[in-house]
Amino acid sequence: MRALLRSSMVLRWMLAALGLVVVLSIVQGLARPATTDLLSAGTAESTLRRAVPILLAGLGGIWAERAGVVNIGLEGMMVLGTWFGAWGALEFGPWWGIAIGIAGGAGGGLLHAVATVGFGVDHIISGVAVNILAPATARFLSREFFAGRPGGGLTQSPRVESVGSVDFPFVSGGDLFGWTTPDLFGWIDDQGWFLVSDTAAVLSGITQNVSWATLVALALVPISVFMLWRTPIGLRIRASGEHPVAADSLGVNVYRMKFTAVVVSGGLAGFGGAFIAIEQTGIYRENQVQGRGFIGLATVIFGNWQPAGAFLGSLLFGFSDALQLRDRTAVHALLLLVGIALAALAIRAVVQRRARPAALLAVASASVLWWYAVTEKVISELPPITPHVATLLVLIFATSRLRMPAAIGLRYRRGQE
Amino acid sequence: MTLRRITLALAAPVCAFVFSVVLSSFVLVAVGTNPIEAWLEMLSYGSRLETLVQTGNRATQLYLAGIAVAIGFRMNLFNIGVEGQYVLAAMLAAAAGGAVDLPPILHVALIMVVAMAVGSSFAGVAGYLKVSRGVHEVISTIMLNAVALGLTGFLLRSWLLDNSDTTLNMGTPEIPPSGRFPNLNGVVEGLSREITRGRELWGFLLVAILVGVLFHLFLSRTRAGYDLRITGLNPFAAEASGVHPSSTVVRAMLLSGAVAGLIGLPEILGDAHKYDLNFTQGLGFAGIAVALIGRNHAVGVGIAAILFGWLDSAAPILDVVGDTPREIVSILQGVVVLSAVVAFEVVSRIRRAAEARDAAEATHPTIAATDGSPS
Repeated sequence: MRALLRSSMVLRWMLAALGLVVVLSIVQGLARPATTDLLSAGTAESTLRRAVPILLAGLGGIWAERAGVVNIGLEGMMVLGTWFGAWGALEFGPWWGIAIGIAGGAGGGLLHAVATVGFGVDHIISGVAVNILAPATARFLSREFFAGRPGGGLTQSPRVESVGSVDFPFVSGGDLFGWTTPDLFGWIDDQGWFLVSDTAAVLSGITQNVSWATLVALALVPISVFMLWRTPIGLRIRASGEHPVAADSLGVNVYRMKFTAVVVSGGLAGFGGAFIAIEQTGIYRENQVQGRGFIGLATVIFGNWQPAGAFLGSLLFGFSDALQLRDRTAVHALLLLVGIALAALAIRAVVQRRARPAALLAVASASVLWWYAVTEKVISELPPITPHVATLLVLIFATSRLRMPAAIGLRYRRGQE
Repeated sequence: MTLRRITLALAAPVCAFVFSVVLSSFVLVAVGTNPIEAWLEMLSYGSRLETLVQTGNRATQLYLAGIAVAIGFRMNLFNIGVEGQYVLAAMLAAAAGGAVDLPPILHVALIMVVAMAVGSSFAGVAGYLKVSRGVHEVISTIMLNAVALGLTGFLLRSWLLDNSDTTLNMGTPEIPPSGRFPNLNGVVEGLSREITRGRELWGFLLVAILVGVLFHLFLSRTRAGYDLRITGLNPFAAEASGVHPSSTVVRAMLLSGAVAGLIGLPEILGDAHKYDLNFTQGLGFAGIAVALIGRNHAVGVGIAAILFGWLDSAAPILDVVGDTPREIVSILQGVVVLSAVVAFEVVSRIRRAAEARDAAEATHPTIAATDGSPS
């Protein structure tokens, strides 16, 4: 069994996901006031949709940071993506919108690359400058291109079309050559079998009404892994982020690698922005990125600079985002989950005879459970800050397990140590 | 030598500004408007007394924000969290001011102390996390920004809301007259003419100037300021010479947060007398821009704050006259920031090269002569 687990990563992931469903389904059964939104098809679908822009920003962060360039300009690049995405979708159709959004974000990435790699400006400073410049550009362009149109204005575009979505055949009743296949997961969900139906609900949510752009975005996770870890150019990019001088001595053009990585990073962030405008809201609105670029950056750390980790982080943040919009009692039920999880960690610490962490975790668990017991629903400001607090907690408690690229954030000039 | 240094120091910001104006002019030409007309319109509107008063008010806030950021920047500590710190501080300070009734000067002092304490302690969290857990301050302050803004909304909504206010605009209770800051209209009007009613030059300008002077004296005349500066220049040398890195980090964050706490006060003490939904946000990020252009120097940040304050105040005329979009001014500001940081980098490289050449000439005249000759 153990050998099988180790040999098959996919199986391990599926087991972990199943375990999560079991826990969530138990919590959903226990929670008072009752909720049905913790594990519903709607929540699963919404989670996936909200996770995609964060995932893309996170992948963008990984590309840049693996090459040693800190990119806090992701936020600004996403803003450019939203504007150019909406504009492209209006002018040429939704797929062009996504392509032009990617180009807009890549333009922001190019600016960041020129400043940091070309001129050696501090990465944080350049990123801040990009974040200042991008919204100004978007506002200016809106005035020029959206203000005159019906439904458009200074701060928003007319409505744009989405790229369309797909129901998977057989499992979620999608069409196959004009024949409507059965909706298997939907049927199981309706049976009300404990656990089985909940699992089916989640699967139905993520296989029904899936945007084509979501599929492209999800494919970018294995593609990024492959590109960065299995190709020569990926090796060179990572070498430039670990030890640029050594890479240079082996004939790697470090400048070019960093440039490429940062432009790709901007393009991914631009895709994320375009996804928000075209797929999520169907309109460009000022400030609609709302810090998702920063949350994407957080998933980079959260996921230990690995695409799969960033994907997990984005799902977590997408989940908290999705819940708050659907049902606040569901968020309240989540407190129970957090309380139980903390209690489990406390017990583990007791078993391992670590006194201080055990005490801290026990206190934390007790206060979360107390909070759960005395309230009916959580305050509306809590869910939006959850990703930020979670990131802080990861940084506080897991710093020693994180491994970032060695030469991250450092200025590199060829021929200078 | 000194002349060259001054020229180089001025060259970067001036070049950046000229470059930005030229670039924005091209943008304006591209969208089919006359840039020269627009700039002249802004100059003539911007030289009116009322616009200048507004510039002064805006610059006061931007300057405080710039100094708050600059305190950290001087030791390579990036306090991106000024935004959250000042909003939370302004809200709590306004609430405290509205809740008590004290004699005039004491009341204002209380509000200021509360604001500085809140800003300081919130920034201190990031400082503490950096030294105790090694959490990089850029990430922690970005995350804490969201926490501060969420906390502000929550506190305002649940506890501090003024229930007597029947309008939809929720805010803290109004601060009584004893807790307000006098304006400087008397001084300005003595020098020129009467200001149109409703416009006031906030007296907090004097506090901002005081903060600037103290900032300069702190860096140049105190042990703690010296520690902070040399840690920024060379952390290893600083540590070797006995500077305690952790306490310097925490101290810088606390100071930065304290100044950040003041950013919202000119508006609250001078004009609004409460924190409500009309409160100006975004000054923390603008402060980063101002600090970058001003090179984290007390005078430089002042010039940058006045420039940005003037641009903000003069831009609205573009909406009234002609067909130039006023957003061009935001683009101009963004380009100034980016081109200024690039220009500073280029200039400092030129200076380093020049200094190396001078040093080489001083030690080995012959080698330097052959080296420096065009081959």
